[in-house]
Amino acid sequence: MGCAGEPGSTFTCCHPALSPEAQVAMTLREVCGLATEEIARAFLTTPPTVAQRIVRAKKKIRDARIPYEVPSEKELPDRLDAVLRVVYLVFNEGYSASSGGSLTRHDLSGEAIRLGRLLIELLPEPEAIGLLALMLLHDSRRAARTSPTGDLILLEDQDRSLWNRGQITEGVSLVERALSSRRVGPYSVQAAIAAVHAQAASPTATDWTRVVGLYDLLFQADPSPVVELNRAVAVAMRDGPLAGLTLIDAILVRGDLGNYHLAHAAHADLCRRLGRTAEARASYERALGLTQQEPERRFLNRRLGELPGKTG
Amino acid sequence: MKYLLFCCHEEKSLDTMSKSECDALMDETSAYCEALRKSGHLIAAEPLEPVQMAMTVRVRNGKVSVTDGPFAETKEQIGGFFLISARDLNEAIQVASKFPSARLGSLEVRPVTELRGSSRPAATF
Repeated sequence: MGCAGEPGSTFTCCHPALSPEAQVAMTLREVCGLATEEIARAFLTTPPTVAQRIVRAKKKIRDARIPYEVPSEKELPDRLDAVLRVVYLVFNEGYSASSGGSLTRHDLSGEAIRLGRLLIELLPEPEAIGLLALMLLHDSRRAARTSPTGDLILLEDQDRSLWNRGQITEGVSLVERALSSRRVGPYSVQAAIAAVHAQAASPTATDWTRVVGLYDLLFQADPSPVVELNRAVAVAMRDGPLAGLTLIDAILVRGDLGNYHLAHAAHADLCRRLGRTAEARASYERALGLTQQEPERRFLNRRLGELPGKTG
Repeated sequence: MKYLLFCCHEEKSLDTMSKSECDALMDETSAYCEALRKSGHLIAAEPLEPVQMAMTVRVRNGKVSVTDGPFAETKEQIGGFFLISARDLNEAIQVASKFPSARLGSLEVRPVTELRGSSRPAATF
């Protein structure tokens, strides 16, 4: 299967008459061949919600007689936002498949990168360039982020000699090109963050002050709780685990990421570093209850097993 | 993935149908089932006897109690089921929407739970 459709068919699924959610769901299902259930997991929502979106979108396409064709050059920039979001979601589904035994589904990531390259040929907008950079920089770590047995390896524990230098060089130069436009958007900033990591020789040699600063910038462009969570993790690296934990507690208290397993995993990790074993255990267990991905489950179980034995 | 489609309809509405109407409905359903079997979508399909024929069994405190019928408050009853295989929920919806029962009453589409990491055969009971 894979993304046989070229950017043209993606643009069709991203027709402005459809809601943004429907555009993304349609592209993933019709262009990239994902199942409704996989799309639901990528969106942190339920399969019936996604199914309804697709049913309504198809009805709309039929009723409004929306043609399956490439939009005119004049319309393209307006439709770019939805297309970039879709391409990135496709990449993420491939980079971190939401279920099943294998952490990555290389074909989907490769297809997303290919779509990204075609897009910047068609429309060299800064954010399209930023997105391609971001995907390349993430993908450069592919070989290092899972062990031969398929287990998850965190950024700080990765063997950096396994990182793909070619992809990093290309990604970094694309980041510079995107940032020089002075119309900086969320993809370019995320790519800039990935570039800081890619260029650091070790976790401790990472410029965490620049990473936190870039997350501040990102939060202005995209004030989402997931961005806040990532910023909190960077703050923990810059200022120590307690500073990060305070921020994550505040996010969880608001109830925004209660069902997001990575929020609980990050919470658990910082508690572990602070020696707060009981809280770490509870949060790892909460995270385990929320992810279906086998490598992530094994990672969480491993961390649980490494905690000091129960006291009291 | 597997989905179980429950046919829900008012049994009373079936009672008021003429024999030829009933036969036409059955023929249309059989033809559609045959097409679904050929395309690999249909795993099993059975109609059910009316709720008057049903019994309900419970075990409480080790004692078996048996009562007549479900006597559900709902107006619609389950009149049959189809077990299908579809690529995803949207394909299951598409398959369900073409059953004549969907015009008559409604079809509930329920994903079948796939037991994680289980190597045991699907049907152990």
